[in-house]
Amino acid sequence: MKTTRVLAASLLAVGLSFTAARSETAHSPNPPRESWSFAGIFGKFDQAQLQRGFQVYREVCSNCHSMNLVRFRNLAESGGPGFNAGQIKALAAEYKVKELNDNGEEIERNARPADAWPSPFPNEKAAAAANGGKAPPDFSVLAKARTFERGFPLFVVDAMPFVGYSEQGVDYIHALLNGYEEPPAGKDVPDGAHYNKYMDGNLIAMAKPLSDGQVTYAKGANGEPVVPETVEQYSRDVAAFMAWAAEPHLEARKALGFRVILFLILLSGLLYYVKKRVWADVGGEVHGLQPELHKAG
Amino acid sequence: MSAHGTAYVPKSRLAKWFETRLPLVGLVHSSFVSFPVPRNLNYFWTFGAILMLMLGVQIVSGIWLAMHYDPSATAAFNSVEHIMRDVNYGWLLRYMHANGASMFFVAVYIHMFRGLYYGSYKAPREVLYILGVIIYLLMMATAFLGYTLPWGQMSYWGATVITNILAAIPVVGDTIQSLLWGGYSVGSPTLNRFFSLHYLMPFMIVGVVVLHVWALHVTGQNNPTGIPIKSGKDAVPFTPYATIKDVFAATVFMVFFAYWIFYQPNYLGHADNYVPANPGVTPKHIVPEWYFLPFYAILRAVPDKLGGVILMFGAVLILAFAPWLDTSRVRSANYRPIYRQFFWLFVVVCIVLGWLGAKPPEGGYVIASQICTFYYFAHFLIVMPLVGLFETPNRLPGSILESVTGPGKQVHGGSGMPVGAAAAPPSKG
Repeated sequence: MKTTRVLAASLLAVGLSFTAARSETAHSPNPPRESWSFAGIFGKFDQAQLQRGFQVYREVCSNCHSMNLVRFRNLAESGGPGFNAGQIKALAAEYKVKELNDNGEEIERNARPADAWPSPFPNEKAAAAANGGKAPPDFSVLAKARTFERGFPLFVVDAMPFVGYSEQGVDYIHALLNGYEEPPAGKDVPDGAHYNKYMDGNLIAMAKPLSDGQVTYAKGANGEPVVPETVEQYSRDVAAFMAWAAEPHLEARKALGFRVILFLILLSGLLYYVKKRVWADVGGEVHGLQPELHKAG
Repeated sequence: MSAHGTAYVPKSRLAKWFETRLPLVGLVHSSFVSFPVPRNLNYFWTFGAILMLMLGVQIVSGIWLAMHYDPSATAAFNSVEHIMRDVNYGWLLRYMHANGASMFFVAVYIHMFRGLYYGSYKAPREVLYILGVIIYLLMMATAFLGYTLPWGQMSYWGATVITNILAAIPVVGDTIQSLLWGGYSVGSPTLNRFFSLHYLMPFMIVGVVVLHVWALHVTGQNNPTGIPIKSGKDAVPFTPYATIKDVFAATVFMVFFAYWIFYQPNYLGHADNYVPANPGVTPKHIVPEWYFLPFYAILRAVPDKLGGVILMFGAVLILAFAPWLDTSRVRSANYRPIYRQFFWLFVVVCIVLGWLGAKPPEGGYVIASQICTFYYFAHFLIVMPLVGLFETPNRLPGSILESVTGPGKQVHGGSGMPVGAAAAPPSKG
């Protein structure tokens, strides 16, 4: 008992001192936590949202950002935006890809569903040269390649079932797209840079990419827009689309996980009773971590 | 062996023929069936079986991953993503392998702290224990090599930092570094070498695990009282008692493991490792995997590079000397009221060191790392020798059975193992 109390107290003291130390240093604020359909144990992508997010990517982001690891066919696979095979074939045919013909000459042909999403630039150097010296990051796994620290004790909570948090990268992307602001007085913004509240160091090379009304979403059956055509909505949709691009098997993973864990819990329960029964032959098992301490000597 | 009531007796003619030429079934039988197990083992003793399971999971998932992986600097990152996207259940294999490494370390740390708490390193188990330290070293090397393979930013820069650390070793450091690099910096030849070694080392671990189990077979298991098996009533046969308990515990552990695979597959990794390796851009903080963090904190606690390297390796190697540093004749910390406090302090220090290893090496973090590093070594070099000399241990129970039932009480039901089977572990030969 005494040991436990001393331990708890010392852990708490250490924890508090570091939380205090952390808050003193200046940081860009942590992105707010948004609610996503694909978060949590039963998370699933919102198909309509992925389709809208894909539209934003295609019409806006893809002018500069590649998505090399995603193929046209992926857009028709289950657990994704849910386009049908015909739509994907037609979509791919709108793009040209280069390949060598049998004579070794470079030719252009229409893209096919098996082709990777075409890059906006012929190579990384060209991408860098056209964008102030640094190539815009590829979108394929970007939603998993960005995160932010939540510090003690939240990082412990984030790992736990039901209250856990693994969408930091998606929240960061959403926040970043909404983080363009007038720089505060005294903040020097050099040429080619832009002020963004959520960017590390607050300076970002990318100019504000989205504005209200920029992308026209398909209207609902009654001719009214289904969702608002605002930066907030665009950013939310494209962030969800990037979450899918980074983790295309997320739905399958969560669905299989539920079944596996349920099975293992049931099996553990049965094994527990088998074990109890087996040990009953020798008078039952000793429980507790320090049995001899509990017995009166 | 003749007095051994549960010894393996081959029944069929084929089994007899084989057993007289290679007594393999008899060896397995005496190690995992009739082997006398102290009847008072708690669940901390199930981690040996859990570790064997994890080693199996890592080897099998790793062999399958290697079928799809391409160990060259230009293709490695995308081949891992190919596994994640295009290979059937590739995402499952990869998340199982990546999180399996972490679960392996969770289990090994529990196993090691259990050994330290109950004095399992003391005579006659010194060799058993040192073999365990060797397995731990091999595990660390394997895990480090494996983390390099996805060839993300943290893979690349982690490999750069660690190989630069090795260069600080006097005389042979530079040679070791060039051998690992295969060039003038970490690059494609390094990745090829690391892949080859990463595939080799798990099989070296299997070899040492066989020795570890063999040594266990000779000395028998320690137990929460630390006193040896004195009669058949102190022990039960491994099968079915320990077997069913290990299977149950391993299944519960699998629930824990599955949670990480399916619901937090990237929590224990680093987001930066989803950025392809780029020698031109250094990540803001280069941080190793969580299981190396205590040693990373020790490395950075001293301003001198060579000093840090010596302390870091010393922190692992000092474990091997515990059997001779601990002067107490009592094994189990259950009966050591003073040492028990120091033990838990040591556990807290290790956890705090792990946390400090993830922090930037500046200001208060460095001072805290230095204090914790001091205690880490003091625990082995000062506490273990001195507490053993001055502490008055509590009264030990007369036997394992007495610790289970209390003195003078009878056990219900069966009487455990036939006497003679448990008095001394049966010898092979």
